[in-house]
Amino acid sequence: MNFYLVTMIKLGLVAFVFLTALAYLQWIERKVIAHVQLRVGPNRVGPHGLLQPLTDTIKLLTKEDLLPGHVNKFFYFIAPILSVSCALVGISVIPFGPKINVFGVETYMQLTDLNIGVLVLLAASGLGVYGVALAGWASNNKYSLLGGLRASAQMISYELPLSLAIAIPLLVYNSLSMREIVEAQNRFQFGFIPAWGIFQFPYAPFLFIAFIIFLIGAFAETNRIPFDLPEAENELVAGFHTEYASMKFAAFFMAEYANMVNICCLATHLFLGGWVPLFPAPYSDFVPVALFVASGAMMIFHGLNPRIKMDGYTLPAFGVVFIGLGLAHMAPVLKDILVPLFWFLAKAGFLLFLYIWVRATLPRFRYDQLMDFAWIQMFPASLACLFAVGFIVAWWGL
Amino acid sequence: MSAKRTVLGSAGAIVKGLGITFKEMLKPVITEEYPEVPPNFQERFRGKHVLMRDENGLEKCVACFLCAAACPAECIYIEATENTEQVRVSGGERYASVYNIDYSRCIFCGYCVEACPTDAITHGHGFELAAYDTASLIQRKEDMLEAMPANAKPMRIAPAPKTGGGH
Repeated sequence: MNFYLVTMIKLGLVAFVFLTALAYLQWIERKVIAHVQLRVGPNRVGPHGLLQPLTDTIKLLTKEDLLPGHVNKFFYFIAPILSVSCALVGISVIPFGPKINVFGVETYMQLTDLNIGVLVLLAASGLGVYGVALAGWASNNKYSLLGGLRASAQMISYELPLSLAIAIPLLVYNSLSMREIVEAQNRFQFGFIPAWGIFQFPYAPFLFIAFIIFLIGAFAETNRIPFDLPEAENELVAGFHTEYASMKFAAFFMAEYANMVNICCLATHLFLGGWVPLFPAPYSDFVPVALFVASGAMMIFHGLNPRIKMDGYTLPAFGVVFIGLGLAHMAPVLKDILVPLFWFLAKAGFLLFLYIWVRATLPRFRYDQLMDFAWIQMFPASLACLFAVGFIVAWWGL
Repeated sequence: MSAKRTVLGSAGAIVKGLGITFKEMLKPVITEEYPEVPPNFQERFRGKHVLMRDENGLEKCVACFLCAAACPAECIYIEATENTEQVRVSGGERYASVYNIDYSRCIFCGYCVEACPTDAITHGHGFELAAYDTASLIQRKEDMLEAMPANAKPMRIAPAPKTGGGH
């Protein structure tokens, strides 16, 4: 089929799913944090608050777009655009699954397979710093400026251990293409241990340390708790986006979540083997089916003795949908698409859950601790790891 | 190696903290889903008043006016009427033919309940008292009176007493 047509279809699909996922990530975050604090979270709009992201979007779109009189207009406008476009561009190089065959059309489950995919992602997230720094500068407000300064200092500092942690698996896999990185992990050692980065035989301990460093760097890079000093609301109002409202605020918000998703996908591909399942294929193909059917059955069970009347209708409906999804993992054409997608999304989703989980657990760093941690602890650790892996690769060969 | 101990110690502390939050996440929530599910009240919650009846279905209120005297907000209005052979509403000499409480003034202090010698007026758990105008915040005796007990043996079936308008 026409290359352009296929690309347009994929583009539309990925853009739609990605943007929806960003909105719903926020719903998940609010729900998870609520349950950690023994609350129920959003539950007014739609069943279990499922339409909350939609109403939030409408609210942000229709809100008055205030332009403060004291700002530098050009940079004030360009900052959120820069921030969000850099964040959204990252998804284009991330593969979601292997080569698939849909009714005779062969294509990769990926927008574009660049041979420098990892670099593109790094460059996009590096450029995103400009958005934050410019926002802080252009707002012409001391809190915003402090937030912007903190953000740029922190993101540049943490990019160092982050990049070194990315370099370690790159040495092992000898490629910068995301697809080839996953293919390098797509085998089973001794017949059953998956060759995921953190399990790959001679390098496993170093890659595991690199994974931890990468995760910490990723938290800092995306300005999330415990590294959310740029928007520390009890010192800086809201940091660099204090002066932003309406769509421009939504753009920063979206950029933050898009960065989270991108970096979790990158971590999945570099360290957790992308869509490579945990067990060899004949045993692992039943995992998604079993999980979906089990959760569907649980929903129907809870729907039969509902806590509130509404649950009696919505929970069984969702249960049926989940069981249907589970059974779709066994359907002939869908199976090749859905099973790798499931493993990929499960790993990336777990990392995203980790983000939220950590947010509900840890308090914020002090600023000097933050800088000490990056330069005195993480930077030497990642450097040592890089050297160790470099020596192993040099001696043992690839 | 103190550095190693520091790193492992902090990592352990973080993992422990994550474990605690995960356990908390799986606990049942304590939020009350009020409009869908009736809320739970403390036993002694002071809500809308309930006027009690005795075991024969007679009103306990004998129109002694002690509650109205005790009320700091002066929200209780009572009109007393003598019980007669034909119409016997309460166990005492008199009964309250009109018993209004103005909930736009009531502060739910509970002094009326303390003052009542016959335990006729009590605080129930009703709390949905909001109204669109202050006039409908004045609740009459019929709005607050306890339902007739099922096994009651009324001494005499009284025709519904004609109640006045109130304030």
